[in-house]
Amino acid sequence: MATLNQLVIGASIGAVLLLIALGLTFTFGQMGVINMAHGEFIMAGAYTAYLLQPLVGTQSVLVALPVAFAVAGVLGLILERLAIRHFYGRPLDTLLLTWGISLILQQVARDIFGAPNVQVRAPGWLTGGLDLGGVRLPYNRVFIMVLAVGCVVAIWLYLTRMRHGRRMRAVMQNRQLAAVSGVATERVDQLTFFIGSGLAGVAGVALTLIGPVGPTLGTNYIVDAFLVVVAGGLGQLRGAVIAAFALGILNSFVEFWVDNGASFAKVVVFAVIIAFLQLRPQGMFVVRTRALS
Amino acid sequence: MTGAVATVPDRTAGPGPAPLSRSRRLAGPALFVAVGLLLVAVAPAVLSPFRLDLLGKYLCYAIVAVGIGLAWGRGGMLTLGQGVFFGLGGYAMGMHLKLREAGPGGLPDFMVWSGVESLPALWRPFANPVFALAMVVLLPVTVAVLLGLLVFRQRVRGAYFAVLSQALAAAFVILLVGQQGLTGGTNGLTNFQMFYGLDLYQPGDKRFLYLVVVAVLGTMFLLAWQLSRSRFGQLLVAVRDGEDRVRFLGYEPAVVKTIAFAVSAGMAGIAGALFVPMVGLLSPANLGIVASLELLIGVAIGGRFSLAGAVGGALLVNYAKTIFSEESADNWIYLQGAMFVIVMIWAPRGLAGLAADARAAVRHRRRPPSRSVAAPIPSGTPSANGSAPPGSADPVDPARPVDDARPADQIEPTGVPAVAAQRGEEPA
Amino acid sequence: MTELLQVRGLNVVFSGFRAVTDLDFTVSAGELRFLIGPNGAGKTTLIDVITGLTRPTSGSVRFAGEELLGRREHQIVRLGIGRTFQTSVVFEQLTVLENLDLAATFRRPLGTLLRRRRGIADQVAEAMEITGLAELAERPAGVLSHGQRQWLEIGMLLAQRPSLLLLDEPVAGMSRDERARTGELLRLVAKEHTVIVVEHDMDFLRRFASTVTVLHEGRLLCEGTVAQVQADPRVQEVYLGRTRKESAELVKEAS
Repeated sequence: MATLNQLVIGASIGAVLLLIALGLTFTFGQMGVINMAHGEFIMAGAYTAYLLQPLVGTQSVLVALPVAFAVAGVLGLILERLAIRHFYGRPLDTLLLTWGISLILQQVARDIFGAPNVQVRAPGWLTGGLDLGGVRLPYNRVFIMVLAVGCVVAIWLYLTRMRHGRRMRAVMQNRQLAAVSGVATERVDQLTFFIGSGLAGVAGVALTLIGPVGPTLGTNYIVDAFLVVVAGGLGQLRGAVIAAFALGILNSFVEFWVDNGASFAKVVVFAVIIAFLQLRPQGMFVVRTRALS
Repeated sequence: MTGAVATVPDRTAGPGPAPLSRSRRLAGPALFVAVGLLLVAVAPAVLSPFRLDLLGKYLCYAIVAVGIGLAWGRGGMLTLGQGVFFGLGGYAMGMHLKLREAGPGGLPDFMVWSGVESLPALWRPFANPVFALAMVVLLPVTVAVLLGLLVFRQRVRGAYFAVLSQALAAAFVILLVGQQGLTGGTNGLTNFQMFYGLDLYQPGDKRFLYLVVVAVLGTMFLLAWQLSRSRFGQLLVAVRDGEDRVRFLGYEPAVVKTIAFAVSAGMAGIAGALFVPMVGLLSPANLGIVASLELLIGVAIGGRFSLAGAVGGALLVNYAKTIFSEESADNWIYLQGAMFVIVMIWAPRGLAGLAADARAAVRHRRRPPSRSVAAPIPSGTPSANGSAPPGSADPVDPARPVDDARPADQIEPTGVPAVAAQRGEEPA
Repeated sequence: MTELLQVRGLNVVFSGFRAVTDLDFTVSAGELRFLIGPNGAGKTTLIDVITGLTRPTSGSVRFAGEELLGRREHQIVRLGIGRTFQTSVVFEQLTVLENLDLAATFRRPLGTLLRRRRGIADQVAEAMEITGLAELAERPAGVLSHGQRQWLEIGMLLAQRPSLLLLDEPVAGMSRDERARTGELLRLVAKEHTVIVVEHDMDFLRRFASTVTVLHEGRLLCEGTVAQVQADPRVQEVYLGRTRKESAELVKEAS
């Protein structure tokens, strides 16, 4: 029973990681940039929910989801336009650049909202949980999983069924070819950045349901989200889904089953990923081609 | 098929190591001696004990910077987890010092506070001073070799490696914080009195410790410098710029990278071990993600392709941190963030890169060097003539500072920063 | 003549695409062998398999009695097989001399590389001589012209004293003069080494009286002298069915 309870907790963390990692894996895969400030979009999403609470009332989470998506998305777009677009294809440089931006955004949040954590009250229908013969399904965690699954399905439909989405995949696979085929790659890049950042904002709202909100909220999740990208394979939706849930569940199991597990969990996850890379150095899903790197 | 390399030293008339004018050849060593004298003779005389301690702390960071310059600048390995190695060295030393203080059979103070009753087995061997000193180097080097071989052999590189090294730093800190009874948790190790017979509360002894730090920094710098200009250094640059090509020359790039990474880890470990007595405390906050990136920004600002730049940058950034933090910690964070942005956008090669550009510009105005290779070159190389004929000036020369065997200009002749670094990290 | 390289029953499949099918291929010691075929014939894939870059689905590649499959790239180089790439890769930040020196020292233990280079090793001097790059020794490789880069690459191979050289389209993109010089270079190199050259350029090919292997869609089409191959109706068909330019060349030369 405890195992199943941990499974629920782990899966909900995995769902949040997935929402965060989707943006990272697409911007990295498509534009070759590593956005450390992505974590601050999570934070922006969470604070958006916090700000909306007194305005909207108890159902604020539902309102916050689209608003946070837009807020974080616009932040991402601004970042892309102002700085990142000059750095395409230079992941290490963007990593350092966006780390600086991340520091600044965190401090801005600290100046606006104060350093202590704040709390967002979840609406009544998200408190409590369902008891299934000893297995507890907390509503907030179920909600997060449903949210993530919904987002992934939407992204998948977008990538496969819609013209814009197919363009995005085209640019991701071969930027030059897409450009000469008449795809406005710059537009596609902006849209990718908007959607990816927006999803981080959604993840931020989700996080308000299971914990407090603080200026360093994003930092706590960004590293794990990057590990999801590494293990899942670049720009791979399937890989990101599996890796995110595996990582979240592994983490929660180690925390629960190992004595003083919370301190070991990250070390175990790290070791498992290194071991995994011995089998699949390029992540879970790679298309075998004859291109030399 | 013999692998023997018959070196022919007499062939001096042929091309040898790049020719340098006498003044330029001496500029590097002169700078090294001047800075050394400044640190050894002037600083202790003019700085208050408090300020000298701070300088000693910066110098510890500068030792880490030398290692980062080697791994990142030369080897293209952006290591965001250098704090881990700094911490391993530091904790190895800190554990020994705590045990010394507690005396035989005694327990370190924090263990008493957290209710630990007998000395954990992990701690016991650290009572031996030689063992502790060995661990200062061996622990970080072992971790680096393990990680390096596992990761580099699988051709995980570039951004992936950076992300993994950062995850290692995150995991390491959480582990340290969680093991309160073993590591002192969030507070880390504090209250050091003695360091190998030196009384850390005596200004005279502290000054001696400071001189030790200066000497170690000088040694590490020379070591890294020698490595860079050796064949190994060229191999490392070659691996950075074309790992796959190097593989088809019969080298295993993973081994080359692992060696450079391990050397940089060892340097960070030594720096951590000196940091402990110099500063008097070591806590997880000194080695996490943020601390690791702080170690990096100095190198980025000084210029990652220049060892001297890396050292200078580390000193500059940490000095700035002290100045600004004294007024307000918040301002420092803004400034630090701004530094990352400014450097990456306007000076990706750092101050050393700007200096090299300026030097090159000055030279260019004096005598435009001929870049055309197709033009026939007068027989007899410049080195044989003693003075370079104006038309055939070695195009490498303007950017070849003596303090730095692989100058920034030469590393990025296209002027597009990090093109070289990028090549290795294009997702395959 | 002893057989130096034996490829047997080679199959390479990329995500469903058969790049090489049931290929047998033998090269004897001392040979200069040309490998031709239209685009997609599997020439480069064959080279990639020999040098360890591509893992085949099945088959065997033996070099001087040793099985190559399963070895890592650098181990294969250490057995004495060197290759160049279609787009030449030299280390732009290192000088010509340093590039050659780096190639020449690959058998030395890493520990001995910790010292600076003093003087010039014999094989480096020879490589500079034969490739005509001695005058450019101190130039960074980044400023070399396309042709010079290819020569430097070949020089780097020579400095390693390999027993088998694989050259992937060495004259592609070269000017007339450069082609001529590369031809001279290849003649010199082939005197003392076993060489396999992948080449499209029929003009270039005709200068050498040596064996030509024609690949088509991953299979061996035929093997023989230049004249024999050009006279082979299957070869003409393959080329006619492909690009107009290449087939026109073939027809012109066959007549």
